Parts: sequence; structure tokens; C-alpha cells
Amino acid sequence: MGQGPQSLELEIPSDVGYIEDVVAEVVRRCEAAAFPGRHVAFHIPVAVTEALSNAILRGNAEDTAKSVRVRVLVDARALVVEVEDDGAGFDLEACTLDPTTSDNLGREDGRGLFLMRCLMDHVEQFRARGNVVRMTLHRRSSDDRAA
Amino acid sequence: MSFTVKKAGDVTVFEVEGTLIVGNRQELKQRVIDEIEGGARKVLVDFEKTTYIDSSGLGVLVSLAKKIRETGGDLRLANLNDDLQTLFELTKLDTLFQISENRARALESF
Repeated sequence: MGQGPQSLELEIPSDVGYIEDVVAEVVRRCEAAAFPGRHVAFHIPVAVTEALSNAILRGNAEDTAKSVRVRVLVDARALVVEVEDDGAGFDLEACTLDPTTSDNLGREDGRGLFLMRCLMDHVEQFRARGNVVRMTLHRRSSDDRAA
Repeated sequence: MSFTVKKAGDVTVFEVEGTLIVGNRQELKQRVIDEIEGGARKVLVDFEKTTYIDSSGLGVLVSLAKKIRETGGDLRLANLNDDLQTLFELTKLDTLFQISENRARALESF
């Protein structure tokens, strides 16, 4: 089993160049909590990258005067990541396209929210101080054998 | 992310190392476009050393495939690990690209 609960709070400028470092921090904490290899190598980095990318590019429109706030809680049971931007928010259901349809397959965009929802157990969106996307990935007891 | 460009006969091979994500995708896109504009018609992207790709990286590949097909060429992919293979299957992009299990097979496929 991994270590006890770990939390992380970060605030980054609206610059996609910061994404990899934030992802690396989240991944490190999930490794310490003994999340399975596939979660650490694939599900978490892709989903967190997508959430940060949406916040920076869409929520804050790359306005460097605005920031993105990231809150992470990792324990033996789950990873919860909240990404907050200063945008007006969006309708999660309406904005999640199915990129696998024949009409959408050739699109260059429109796969981010779809991937977040495929790779995490829960994705929610709500308003707090800003627009927040919260993603949850559960670490199941069966993962102890798969890790 | 870093990438190297090699020639294998008339195929231009891009080896992508690290991540292909929103923060670096434009570097690869521009380099592939430069090769296409320089006459390359057979392009292979080799992901043997790639850790993960996000939706922006996938979007760049879709964009480049369209561009090269307009010139009568093709962009093909090789060496997807299990996670990358899953990514292409989830998004059904495995139906849009010809994907080979290794570089030798990919080169033979052109």
C-alpha cells in the first residue's frame, strides 16, 4: 500500500508550457500512493493535461494576466483533481462531443473532454470562485494486484 | 518532447521522444509541414520513445494526415505502446491511420 493522503495546491499562469511540470507533480503523488502503472503512465497524465489545457486555452483564453488553480488530493482510495480557471464556464454535457462519429472523426479538435471522461471515473464541472472541473479516479482494491 | 528526422529510402521518419502534447505539438507540426513542402510524400511517425499524447497531439496528426493526403502522399504510424494503442482505439483514430507494430513493417507498407 502507498503512503497517507497527499495534497497539492498550485497556481500557474495561463501558459501551456507549465502543464508538463504540473502533470509530473500529480503523477509523482499517485506513484507514491501506489496507483497502478497504467493509471500513472496513461490515464492520469492525459486527463490532467486535457483539463489544464482546457483551462488555459478556453477558460482563460491564454490571457497571462489570469491564472489556473490546481488542487489535488491523493490517498489510498482515489485521486481527486480540481482545475479552476477564470472563464465563464461551460456546459460539460453540451461540450463533450463524440469524436468517433463519421462526422467528427476527421476533426482536429474536440477530443479533450471525451478523453477526460473515458480515462477518469467522474468528471464534474461547477462554479466556485471561478470555473472548476473536478476529476476523480478511484483506486480499487483489485488494483493492488494489477499495480 | 524532442524528435529526430531520418530518411529510410523515400520515407521520411520522425522519431518522437517524450510527450506530444499541447505545449509542444507545433514544433512537430511545422517540421513535418516543412518536409511535405520540401517534397516528402511518405511520412512515418515512430512512437517507440513516446510516453503519452494528448488530444492536441492527436489533432496535429489528423491535420498532418489531411495535408499530406492532399498532395497524394500518406502519413503512417508505428510502434504504439499499449497505452497509445488504447488512445487511438478510444478515439477510433486507429481507423483513420495505418498503424504498424514496428518500423520495419511500416516501411514495407508504403
